[in-house]
Amino acid sequence: MSFIEKITRRRFIKRAILTIVSLELVYVFVKLLKKGGEQPQPTGLFDAGEVALFDKGKVYPFSSERFYLSRLKDGGFLALSTKCTHLGCAVQYKQKDDKFLCPCHASAFNRRGEVLAPPATRALDVLPITIANGRVWVNTNKPIKRSKHNRSQISYA
Amino acid sequence: MNNPATQKAITKFLLHLHPPRVNKQAIKYTRTFGLGGIAALLFILLFISGMLLRFVYVPSVKGAYDSIQYLQQEVFFGQLLRNMHYWCGMLLVIVSFLHLIRVFYSNSIYHERRKNWLYGLLLMFLVIMSNFTGYLLPWDQLAYWAVTIMTNMLSYIPLIGDALASLVRGGSEVNEGTLLRFYHFHTGLLPLLMVFVMSIHFWLVRKAKGVTVADSTKTEMVKTHPELLYKEIVVALGLLLAILLSSMLVNAPLLDKANPLESPNPSKAPWYFMGFQELLLHLHPGIGIFIVPLLVIALFVYIPYIKGLEVNVGVWFNSPKGKAITVYSIIYALFITLLIIPGTEYFLKFQAWWPEAPILLTTGLLPLLLYMVPGAAFIAIVKIKLKANALELIMSVVSILLTSYLVMTLVGSLLRGEGMHLFA
Repeated sequence: MSFIEKITRRRFIKRAILTIVSLELVYVFVKLLKKGGEQPQPTGLFDAGEVALFDKGKVYPFSSERFYLSRLKDGGFLALSTKCTHLGCAVQYKQKDDKFLCPCHASAFNRRGEVLAPPATRALDVLPITIANGRVWVNTNKPIKRSKHNRSQISYA
Repeated sequence: MNNPATQKAITKFLLHLHPPRVNKQAIKYTRTFGLGGIAALLFILLFISGMLLRFVYVPSVKGAYDSIQYLQQEVFFGQLLRNMHYWCGMLLVIVSFLHLIRVFYSNSIYHERRKNWLYGLLLMFLVIMSNFTGYLLPWDQLAYWAVTIMTNMLSYIPLIGDALASLVRGGSEVNEGTLLRFYHFHTGLLPLLMVFVMSIHFWLVRKAKGVTVADSTKTEMVKTHPELLYKEIVVALGLLLAILLSSMLVNAPLLDKANPLESPNPSKAPWYFMGFQELLLHLHPGIGIFIVPLLVIALFVYIPYIKGLEVNVGVWFNSPKGKAITVYSIIYALFITLLIIPGTEYFLKFQAWWPEAPILLTTGLLPLLLYMVPGAAFIAIVKIKLKANALELIMSVVSILLTSYLVMTLVGSLLRGEGMHLFA
């Protein structure tokens, strides 16, 4: 290993100092970038409305809050994020075909958020739902990533 | 100009960039097509027009789009200024890419020019990053969704992807912080870095005794001033004319103001990334975004360091055989790429056939094999039938890769419409 023999003590110390200084700079820069983007998050839940308002087997858009509230046939609620799991475009619900379509790369999802057509590989993110006093509350700050849909993600009144 | 003192001053000043005398073959236009010089001039034009644009542009969600509209409608020659910056930026990507191809195919990246090839690749990266960060600044629908798509691509890099994507955006989605940091990268850090790297790039050309020539036994030298200088002036004026004309005829695009609630249909990445977006329609993102680009970049970095290549430095395509192999490779790549794109679009739906199989197999490995196996077979045939040496095989591989990327870029940008369907 000729390149190891070439490293003298002096050179080692020089390079170590250089490395540490560069790492320090990179660290400071990365911290700076992280700090710059932090936005004050509005706390609290979004009040979607009364449970009785939502018909079974229908999908309701809340586009300003960037989610769809999907009430399944058995009465369970799913709040699906509009953010396509492929590359982050906003999916749209197509009443006619009963599926969510992404305009960017033609991914499709069913009303439970499961992938119907690639290139998306994960089901749509779900937002946590709390049902209290007959009203549906959706936590829009905390989308939950999931690879597949399962029944435990559904909330019942 | 004909005053002897002026002549002397010009010659002296030129010595900062060029040697006093240059090889006659080196200044023939078809040796370099002036691409490096054009790129440098475009950088200067971008610098000047960018400085002027900064006086009007407001880097905030509220102000960005309105400031662009104000520029276009109220400022005297504002639209022309923006168009010039736009066209110079687009042309810089194209010219840098052509420059890269020129030095590769004329075998000008080996031996003492190795290091400069690496600096050139770095510059290419910086050019693309500059263009991409500038893409967001108008804050229209085109900009917003293109950057959303691109930054989300980063999140497919294993382990660090999500963290990296949030770091670039400064949040979970493109927001005001993203705009501000892209603005500072675009107008501060990246141009500054480029000035440094460009200086090294030019200096290394001088150190390698100028550009490569086809026949190094011919050493007839001519005076740089006026022989080379006049050619440079003609090319520069031609470029300026072309930029001005296209800026007068075609406006830089500006769609509606960015709306995070609604993606336009179709939403496309900037055109030079459309090859990637097209690739993503056929390939699992983990492979299409991470593994394939990583391998291609590694290959490009490694090429001049491969041992035992028989290189005819400065000779286009190395030999007549190399030229033939390059042409065959391009034809092959055109054929196979145009075959596979509709093939996986309409017929080979691996995921629909085996919905239970892991998606990394059905949308990842199978399409990749579909591309790699015929490619390997083609390379093997070239090697055996044409008795190609290592360098010619490398040229073949690079030609296939570049042609495929270009075809995907063209198909993605021109043939895909609503819902990203072909011919929609």
